[in-house]
Amino acid sequence: MNPSCNRIPAFQSLPNRDLWKRGKSFWLWLGLFLLFMSAQAGAQQVVQPIRMGITPAIVHDQYELLIEWRVYLQEKLGTPVEFVSRDSYRETIDLLKRKKLDFAWVSSFPYVYLEHNRRVRLLVTPVYQGRPYYRAYLIVPATDLDTRSFLQLKGKVFAYADFYSFTGYVVPRYQLQQAGEDPANFFRKTFFTWGHRKVIEAVAHGLADGGMVDSFVWDTLAQVRKNITDRTRIVSKTQEFGFPPIVAQTSVDKDKFAAMQRVLIEMEHDPEGAKLLKQLRLDRFGLPAPERYLEVGQMMQAVGDL
Amino acid sequence: MTSFLDLSFRHKIPIWGGLLIIITALAVSGSLVREAYEELQEDLLIDAETLGQSLTVNLFPAMLHDDTWRTFEIIRASIDYVKADDSNTVKLETILVVDNALQVVASAHPKVAPVLTDLRRIGPEYADLAEWLAQTSGEETREIILPHSKHLFFATPISREGLHLGTLIMVYPEDVFWPRFAQILWHGLLAGVFVLAILIPLNWYWGRRLTIPLVQLTERMGEMGKKWPESLNYKDYGHNDELGRLFEAYNLMLQERKTKEALEMQIVQSERLAAVGQLAAGIAHEINNPLSGMLTAIDTLKCHSDVNPQTMKTITLIERGLGQIKETVGALLVEAKLKSRDLVTQDIEDVLTLITPMASKKALHVSWHNSLSEGIPLPATFVRQIMINLLLNAVQAADQQGEVAFDIGVTDGKLRLSVTNSGKMLSAEQITHLFEPFSPLSEGGHGLGLWVTYQIVHQFGGHIVAERKSSDHMRFTVDIPIGDAA
Repeated sequence: MNPSCNRIPAFQSLPNRDLWKRGKSFWLWLGLFLLFMSAQAGAQQVVQPIRMGITPAIVHDQYELLIEWRVYLQEKLGTPVEFVSRDSYRETIDLLKRKKLDFAWVSSFPYVYLEHNRRVRLLVTPVYQGRPYYRAYLIVPATDLDTRSFLQLKGKVFAYADFYSFTGYVVPRYQLQQAGEDPANFFRKTFFTWGHRKVIEAVAHGLADGGMVDSFVWDTLAQVRKNITDRTRIVSKTQEFGFPPIVAQTSVDKDKFAAMQRVLIEMEHDPEGAKLLKQLRLDRFGLPAPERYLEVGQMMQAVGDL
Repeated sequence: MTSFLDLSFRHKIPIWGGLLIIITALAVSGSLVREAYEELQEDLLIDAETLGQSLTVNLFPAMLHDDTWRTFEIIRASIDYVKADDSNTVKLETILVVDNALQVVASAHPKVAPVLTDLRRIGPEYADLAEWLAQTSGEETREIILPHSKHLFFATPISREGLHLGTLIMVYPEDVFWPRFAQILWHGLLAGVFVLAILIPLNWYWGRRLTIPLVQLTERMGEMGKKWPESLNYKDYGHNDELGRLFEAYNLMLQERKTKEALEMQIVQSERLAAVGQLAAGIAHEINNPLSGMLTAIDTLKCHSDVNPQTMKTITLIERGLGQIKETVGALLVEAKLKSRDLVTQDIEDVLTLITPMASKKALHVSWHNSLSEGIPLPATFVRQIMINLLLNAVQAADQQGEVAFDIGVTDGKLRLSVTNSGKMLSAEQITHLFEPFSPLSEGGHGLGLWVTYQIVHQFGGHIVAERKSSDHMRFTVDIPIGDAA
């Protein structure tokens, strides 16, 4: 309802000047009352959508799939859902800190970092290839046939995914540290691509001599863009780490938390949801288990990121 | 060996025309192609400038933040875009971004020019390029053509408000124009062939049309003197230009020459006939005088002496022989100056009456047209003789159930009579000798009939003409001036 639409007929229907003069204050009060009522009605109608952050940790540039998933969640929850894609982890972290997001699918680093600061709670953990874990892959260009270990990349150009990426930034530095090297001077040059997929591309083109990426992203890309992953070679794989989870911002109320958790976990039993999971290349979403991320936190502390 | 200039116009004009058309086509397309090439060069510079300026706008912040990946993404996108768009035939080979120390910040092909490589170490070409870049500076995109290089380089400085971060280097292959230029050439060639396909046959047709009449004229002129050439049908040519007028003049000349020759022939013939006539008349006179004496002597001998039958038989034989001579000589001696009464219309009808029985015998169709309404002051005897001679000849020459036509009248102060018959035709050669004495054409007569007719007509100052009226009709026409007997 537009408040001005209510006021204007009231003024136009004035019978004569005398009536207007006599009832001046009455009309003013009536107008203000109508304005207040309509503002109230408008406020009641606007339902705040659920805002979910998507980070480059996963499929953030598979736009069509994201639209389908959003519509699915909207139908199941019965409330509007908004997906908020950001090009770097930093932006998603900031949005969560400022409570601009209700939920977010983040890398393990932001989860551990934000959970440490009591900003988020674990909502669900995706189950990938039967396990709620993923790894980091060390990749080099396919033309590089010599590199057998990470330490052979000394003095080369290395691509990091993101400041707040676990596999793409914490793991390589942790490994160097464990080997007694100084991550700051080990490489001739490092640069950030702000995404695992772009690290793969940078290595494929030969812009970087090496990079460390999320196994889920590499495996997914190997299925949809084989021509890119074919131009890279996996040198080594790390041990398993807790899969990038979906988190809830701490101020999200219990009902909303429970509803979202239920809808996500039940996706595997719903034909539409199962189809989406298949496209997301996940088995299902599982109940949260914060202990899976302990190692991540330890490694972050080791390199000074926590 | 025949030189080109000696060739017939039939070949020379189309070949000249064709050569001129081809030369013109080559000259026009050559200049167009040259212009297209220059435009392509200019386009490339403009393209490179535009691309360079738009790339540096985005490259500046990326370099300012030392964002290697962003720098790479920006230059790689323009390479991938150019590659994907096949119709854009100007292909960028690669793009490099170097910092102020001429170290590679990012290149579109990192495997060829890895990050942090010194520009001089990429290759000898790039070493020259580095030297060139070190020597020059400026805010604009510069085209760099290095000697012995297979590439064209365009360098755009990456700077803003005096802060110079590095240089964007766009590398085009040396034959960058070739695909588009080849396309232009191919289109030009097609258009040229199309134009030639229209113009060459047109030129051929026009050349032939112009030269064939000339060739015909030349051939006929060459025949002149050997035989009468055919006249030229200049209406077929159909234009009133120099050629058309030449045709007309040629035909006029041919006609005049023919008329002149006919006239000469006629003069020769009438002179010959006159000479023959004089000779015959002279001989006839010389014979006639002693002949009269001899006949008188024989007559006297027959009447006044007694001669035996044997002698009498001989005398009779001689008399008959002399009589035949007299008759022949008499026929040769045509004397038209005898006095005679004037011709009246009844004389004409008399001749018809005389002819009719003979015509009936051959079942001839005789058409008789007499337009004389009154007498004519000409000697009736001779006119009748002319008519009888000609009509007898006609009846004799006509075939069974043929036609004979007679016409008499007065035109332009002349008596004109004509006799036409169907049947045997006379050749031009026979007509030439028709009026000579002892004509070999005569059947049954002594061949003096037409000669006598000719003599009479000439003595009255007239003309006689024999001609083929149509393919199977002969006509004799006689004109005699009235009241002017020569």
